[in-house]
Amino acid sequence: MAVMLLTRLGILVLSLAAASLLIFLVVQVLPGDPAQVVLGVNATPEALAQLRHQMGLDLPLWQRYLIWVGGILHGDFGTSQVSGAPVAELLRQKLSVSVPLALMGVAVSILISVPLGVIAGVRYRHLSGTVISALSLGGIAIPAFWAALLLITVFAIRLRALPAGGFVAWSDDPVGAFRSLLLPAISLGLVQGAILTRYVRSAIVDVLGEDYIRTARAKGLTRSQALRRHGFRNAAIPVVTVLGVQLTSLLVGAVVVENVFYLPGLGRMLLQAIGNRDLIVIQATVMLLTGVVLVVNFLVDVSYRLIDPRIRATA
Amino acid sequence: MLAGAALVGLVIAAAVLSFAWTPKSPTHVVIPDRFLGPGQRGYLLGSDQFGRDVFSMLMVGARNTLFVGIVAVGIALGLGVPLGGLAALRRGSAEELVMRGSDVMLAFPALLLAILFAAVFRPGTLTAMVAIGLAFTPVFARLVRGAGLQVLAQDYVTVARTFGSSSSAIFRRHVLPNVASVLIVQATVAFALAILAEAALSYLGLGTQPPTPSWGRMLNDAQNYLSQSALLALWPGLSIALSVLGFNLLGDGLRDLLDPKLQPRESQIRGGMS
Repeated sequence: MAVMLLTRLGILVLSLAAASLLIFLVVQVLPGDPAQVVLGVNATPEALAQLRHQMGLDLPLWQRYLIWVGGILHGDFGTSQVSGAPVAELLRQKLSVSVPLALMGVAVSILISVPLGVIAGVRYRHLSGTVISALSLGGIAIPAFWAALLLITVFAIRLRALPAGGFVAWSDDPVGAFRSLLLPAISLGLVQGAILTRYVRSAIVDVLGEDYIRTARAKGLTRSQALRRHGFRNAAIPVVTVLGVQLTSLLVGAVVVENVFYLPGLGRMLLQAIGNRDLIVIQATVMLLTGVVLVVNFLVDVSYRLIDPRIRATA
Repeated sequence: MLAGAALVGLVIAAAVLSFAWTPKSPTHVVIPDRFLGPGQRGYLLGSDQFGRDVFSMLMVGARNTLFVGIVAVGIALGLGVPLGGLAALRRGSAEELVMRGSDVMLAFPALLLAILFAAVFRPGTLTAMVAIGLAFTPVFARLVRGAGLQVLAQDYVTVARTFGSSSSAIFRRHVLPNVASVLIVQATVAFALAILAEAALSYLGLGTQPPTPSWGRMLNDAQNYLSQSALLALWPGLSIALSVLGFNLLGDGLRDLLDPKLQPRESQIRGGMS
């Protein structure tokens, strides 16, 4: 048990190190001269030299990498070249938008997928089950940002019920902040919910075919009793795993959807940083998002090994 | 399966036809004809804020979408298959390197990698294709390695080895034909994901650059005019969704067709690629 945890933790640390190295190399080495990227091709040699010094580009590569990683470990992500603000502070601000958005997206997708998936699974030979399956297949094909545009058209422009974009700070107006996150969260959650519905459905179909359900039915339980007492817990294992994977694609989807709704989150900052060629901010944001993906994967991996003793035994 | 093939066929037909003929020029600006509704003055699906023909733009956009998909999946296959094969045949440190490398790559969602590339290099179709292709590579490498290890454990491979077949010959004659069907299915699914990723990138302005029409870009333009013409946001999105649906249906169909063993188990679909 402890060995499993330690091994997984070791793998997590190694993956984080490898990912940081990759990001560092892509941002700092591939473009040739990062200072040139920041200033553009028309920069004077003096300005270039000055920025190079300021960015620490005159140091050897390995030293720059260690300084960057060391800084992150101390909560220092560097300083934005455009605004001059500490990147860690920027990230903290943006997270107060992106994290609630991602969590609300997960909530929407669970609210959609669990009831629909269970119905589709239980009634998979019936019309209702088939209709739900077809709908979810269609939902998977819809890009989240298109869903967002359609929702804006209906709820913001036609019905004027919800804001089409922008954000009021949580401290100013919590209800307003919630309302401005509602449409983005629904557009993220709808698409993810469609994917999750398929997994819930197949988990239920799989479970219904298991021997223990037949035994429970033979004992005299009705189908829904058997499902409730024995089925759901077993069906939950694959679904929880997928939910972890979902959270990561939700984070990436949020990058796009934040830009649709002009939400001041990580995704919007990332895009603005690209427009401003603010490499330090780009590097930090990508590292943060990748770090979250890796940590979530780690947590999912560990949690389902804890839920299901059979997986633990083979670990 | 048939519906999927039909949808994919439709996209391919529109793309191929767009080289020879479009109802109107997709880039020609006719200011008096701005925001026309579908069917008005010969604009089949209406016109956009510059009076360009939406239908013609969609046709040329299909070309762009397919091009990105083909190149991205081509890169993923071209890198992933040899790497996976190498890992299966050589084992040892080569295998470790490929597998751990793919672990790290898998932590980068395709879209994030593409955004990173667009930030560092010039945003454009090529950057997007390379980034999407690289992001999908580990999936193919793992697929080939996994299936390759199974094949290599078979008796007929041992026989081939004793008769002096080289590793590369074994890979070509025995491993590749055995993994081909899985690869085709995965390539179809990856194609659908590549379409989604390209659309998102172009929407953000990091993919295909104007004036080349692309579906994602059209949606971005349409957003500014949602209150004038909501239909402008409908057509490109519908095109993206139907193409993705088409490739997904085709992939599911091919899976059932090529690998009857997998049929009852749907839980394997689309793990960890999105």
